[in-house]
Amino acid sequence: MSLHIVVCVKSTPTTVNIAIDEAAGKIKTAGLSFAMNPFDEYAVEEAVRIKEKNAGSSVTALSLGPDHTEGVLREAIARGADKAVWLNIPECDAHNSYGTSHALAQALKKIHAESPIHLVLFGKNASDGNAGVTASQIAGWLNWPAAISVKKIDSINAAEAVVWRAMENGVDVLKLKLPACVGTLKEINEPRLPSLKGKMASKKSVIPKWTAADVGLKAEDFSGVLEPLKIEKFSAPPPRPAGLKIEGSSAAEKAKKLVDILVERKLV
Amino acid sequence: MENQILAVCLPQQGSLPSSAFEVLSVAKNLAAQSQGKVFAAVCGDKAQTLAKNLSVSGVEKIFAVEHPALATNNDEIHAQAISKILEGNKFGAILFPGTIFGKSLAALMSARLKAGLAVDITEITMANGKIQAKRAAYSGNALATVSVAQETALFIVLPMVFPQAEKNAATPEIVPIPFAPQEAKMEYVSFQPEASSEIDLGTAERIVSGGRGLGNAEGFKIIRELAETLKAAVGASRAAVDAGWITYSHQVGLTGKTVHPKLYMACGISGQIQHLAGMSSSSTIVALNTDPECPMMKTASLSVAGDLYEMIPLIVAEIKKRRGG
Repeated sequence: MSLHIVVCVKSTPTTVNIAIDEAAGKIKTAGLSFAMNPFDEYAVEEAVRIKEKNAGSSVTALSLGPDHTEGVLREAIARGADKAVWLNIPECDAHNSYGTSHALAQALKKIHAESPIHLVLFGKNASDGNAGVTASQIAGWLNWPAAISVKKIDSINAAEAVVWRAMENGVDVLKLKLPACVGTLKEINEPRLPSLKGKMASKKSVIPKWTAADVGLKAEDFSGVLEPLKIEKFSAPPPRPAGLKIEGSSAAEKAKKLVDILVERKLV
Repeated sequence: MENQILAVCLPQQGSLPSSAFEVLSVAKNLAAQSQGKVFAAVCGDKAQTLAKNLSVSGVEKIFAVEHPALATNNDEIHAQAISKILEGNKFGAILFPGTIFGKSLAALMSARLKAGLAVDITEITMANGKIQAKRAAYSGNALATVSVAQETALFIVLPMVFPQAEKNAATPEIVPIPFAPQEAKMEYVSFQPEASSEIDLGTAERIVSGGRGLGNAEGFKIIRELAETLKAAVGASRAAVDAGWITYSHQVGLTGKTVHPKLYMACGISGQIQHLAGMSSSSTIVALNTDPECPMMKTASLSVAGDLYEMIPLIVAEIKKRRGG
């Protein structure tokens, strides 16, 4: 049974310790280095594992983003993806899940028409935006089923997949008709490092670069009217108020003082 | 924009959790700023009963969609039910709880309605007739302000940030919505409850976490004891999870869960940026560490320098003493 799995990856800053230009209301991008969003490594690994278990299967990595995105797609190939597609739409704001999900859904439609997709995998969330909703949002555009927070893909065949969705107080076992979108958790596997063979393939790969027009989107799809949510600005979070050191001549005295304050603040 | 606000109240195992009342309070607050009206949506197999118990004042109407197919967290069936409510009503803002199910459902609805979505909002205001919301990005290192440029927008309300709407003697009008589910591409097979009776980290008011400073897996005994005394959830740093002392489901931080309880007690956690990213928005942070110079001790609202094996039993005894006396 051969399956076609697409894994969506994102190029994100290698640190979350970013600086903000308060006057401009923007993130300072100068000097930032980028790499594959750490959570996406689990999605890539899961896609490759499914491919290894099902002879004749293939994995396509897909990413939307600016110039530094290509390196992340090569990384996905080094980790076992067979090919990659780079979607380059400068109008798409990396922090607006609406436009991002719309553009990725359009790219998936195009890939699906060329080679039918069974499963689209995602990391838990991007380390920059932190939203963790793209899998469901894309599924909404495509009218495919979706599950986020998946800690296990229990079974998969060409028609359906059974997944375990980790909830606040237990696990939902869900059967999804394929194609479907699945957002994974870190618990799902332990990613391997890229192999030498993978690295070679990664170097040789020709990665097509698709524009908005290539996926059937027009400029007005991203103009004010259809981009319903606008990021006005970024600002630094308010600093935490200065802390209080609890001192005492003995451990017992410190414990007493601490509990006094906790009781006073109605925290105990 | 429409001045009608819809609060989507999602049941969990048959009752409405605290997140539903947080969403209602956010809706009421937004309505107060815009002379708007608050509506609630309750979908479930016993939606009418849940709606009757939703005695929150200031709610104009409760739309109740009752059907056996809504007993479980089937995203598609719930999306169909909400779409049914939206058929005859227009809302400027639709608010969802920031639970896993709430997030998934809101994202699905965003694409279906072609409406913008702001995820995990921590603030929402009405200014010059426009809704503005704030949300954290880069693990709390940046705050993004988003504004709505359309008639309808969807918001996911970060749990544990807003107060809960209080119940009183109010009896909002209940509007039953007839519903016949259509075929779904998702089938809900079963629910497997968490084996233990442990408190969920994401919605816990208090969390006690242990880190590398515990030294070994046994150390979590003392953490659990303090957690039990405080009726707190048990958290852990990545170092403790990677060492195999406790399972990943307890991990707080960048690659684990993001939490914002009223009280976070970090025991033997030095406070790597990855850990701080997951908990630095907690209201009160207590740090317990032998190293007074470590980042956690500097971030904390209350810091106690000392050996946790000595301190924790004393703290537990002190709390018990007050309760007894």
